[in-house]
Amino acid sequence: LGNYSALLGLRIVITFVLAAVLAGADPAAAEDALVREGHKLYVQGCISCHGSDGEGVAPGAPLGAGGIHGEGPPLRGVGAAAVDLYLSTGYMPLRDPADEPTRSTPDYTREEIDAIVAYVVSLPGTGPGIPEVRPARGDLSEGFEAYTSFCAGCHQSVGEGGMVTGGIAPPLKDSTPTQIGEAIRTGPYLMPPFGEQLIDDRTVDSIARYLEFARDPPDEGGWGIGHLGPVPEGAVAWLIGAGALVAVALVIGKRAS
Amino acid sequence: VKGVRGVGSWLIAGLVLLFARGTRARREERAEPPQASFPPSRAAERAVFALLGAASLAASGFMVVYLLGADTQLLGLALGLALAFLAAAALVAGQRLVQQATGVESVPDRPAEPHVGATVEDVAVSRRRLLVATAGGTVGLVGAALILPAASLGPVLEIERLRESPWSPGRRLVDEDGRPIPAAELDIGSFLTAFPEDAEPRALDASVVLVRLGQDELDLPAERFDWAPDGILAYSKICTHAACAISLFRYPLFEPTSSEPALVCPCHYSTFDPRRAGKVVFGPAGRPLPQLPLGVDGDGLLVARGGFSAPPGPSWWGVRS
Repeated sequence: LGNYSALLGLRIVITFVLAAVLAGADPAAAEDALVREGHKLYVQGCISCHGSDGEGVAPGAPLGAGGIHGEGPPLRGVGAAAVDLYLSTGYMPLRDPADEPTRSTPDYTREEIDAIVAYVVSLPGTGPGIPEVRPARGDLSEGFEAYTSFCAGCHQSVGEGGMVTGGIAPPLKDSTPTQIGEAIRTGPYLMPPFGEQLIDDRTVDSIARYLEFARDPPDEGGWGIGHLGPVPEGAVAWLIGAGALVAVALVIGKRAS
Repeated sequence: VKGVRGVGSWLIAGLVLLFARGTRARREERAEPPQASFPPSRAAERAVFALLGAASLAASGFMVVYLLGADTQLLGLALGLALAFLAAAALVAGQRLVQQATGVESVPDRPAEPHVGATVEDVAVSRRRLLVATAGGTVGLVGAALILPAASLGPVLEIERLRESPWSPGRRLVDEDGRPIPAAELDIGSFLTAFPEDAEPRALDASVVLVRLGQDELDLPAERFDWAPDGILAYSKICTHAACAISLFRYPLFEPTSSEPALVCPCHYSTFDPRRAGKVVFGPAGRPLPQLPLGVDGDGLLVARGGFSAPPGPSWWGVRS
């Protein structure tokens, strides 16, 4: 009997040790823990606009916390790229669902973002994953060309940002290569998404490389004037040109006495 | 008409600046006899005539170059020279020909001496009327040179040819590298610039913007119902307001809390609704973007099924819709 109970005790110990080892080593279990953590954060910070289990909140829903109408798109199938982009840029959470998301300090740490990403990805549906963008792989002149074709219309030629009616195209100076890739694939807020057919992964690398270059462009002409293009350049030309004309007029003319 | 009136005012202002200096001063009553500020100079007079002649010549040259349809750089050179010569003539006349000193008018209570001396201009300029006529002629020529390019603004009455474009039934759409575009390549929310195959891509009536929207979102008029296969729409890339390129496309991730999809011109923010046949929803544009009927050929490539729904390009005299 003593032998038996000792054996039982040993088995119990082994089972516990094994379970502990397995739980630590098993990626699925770790993933589950991450998803649970993400779900907890989701319930705290996202659910009032994106609904339970990422079902979204349709317009006209009852008032939520702070007297604000929760209203937001479903998150099923948006993919890791969208969640990571919106959280790592501080676009989300919004104070009011009708606000335009703007870049700010993220509310969540890197670990928390990973957890929420894991939770949203665990929901039904699939979407673009977090792209692996490596500017070093890209080609600067190719990036410049693609950026000019697809991005510069809204974001200006060196990524200073600009406007469309109904929204602001943000400056791209602070965007990380990963965020650039995520934005291209998901099309945040009013930006159209660009699939791999239009901009392939290599071109994304090149665009990221061009934007790194554009962060501090060489100003061959001297003064960059904010790199905003023809409007400030024209203003400066007019001011300096008009000043020169006044100076010439003063030199050649005489004041009537 | 407004422009002509503007040029007229400038002409008058120029003449006043050139020849009326000192007239106000002459009305003042002064006792001293007129003092020439510099001795009359025939050389200065000849220089002014020469400069005015050169300005006339350059202005005429501008008009000839323009009518021959020659190089724009020559046009710039000719006009620049004309203005420079005119300015130089004004400078020399002001500094060396037209006296800056004041004349004296008769004082009412001393009728015995109506004139203390001859007017200053009489002293300094020997051929005053000729000078005025030459200056007037030169300013007229330069003015004509400035107005003439208005002829480039386009046909006034005959607008039918504005409807022509390189697009015709069966013409394939290609991207900027000349590659045909498979319809399947465009995801919903895509935005791409396309051109007619084997045609000059830089022509105003060539480029189109391609967008793909959800087919159930479209709100096209009945006769355009089949112009958008799989929800792929093509509109002229040239804004109907001032002919800038429509290079902005907004496509909302979640429409209820942002704005509806739109094609936006970066110049003055004219905003067009691609779902409702290019209707203007904001901005100065006066008419919708012309739409190009699309189809998909046997190889799955995008083709035009005809020309634009309206003349592409900015609105003009008879082109209003």
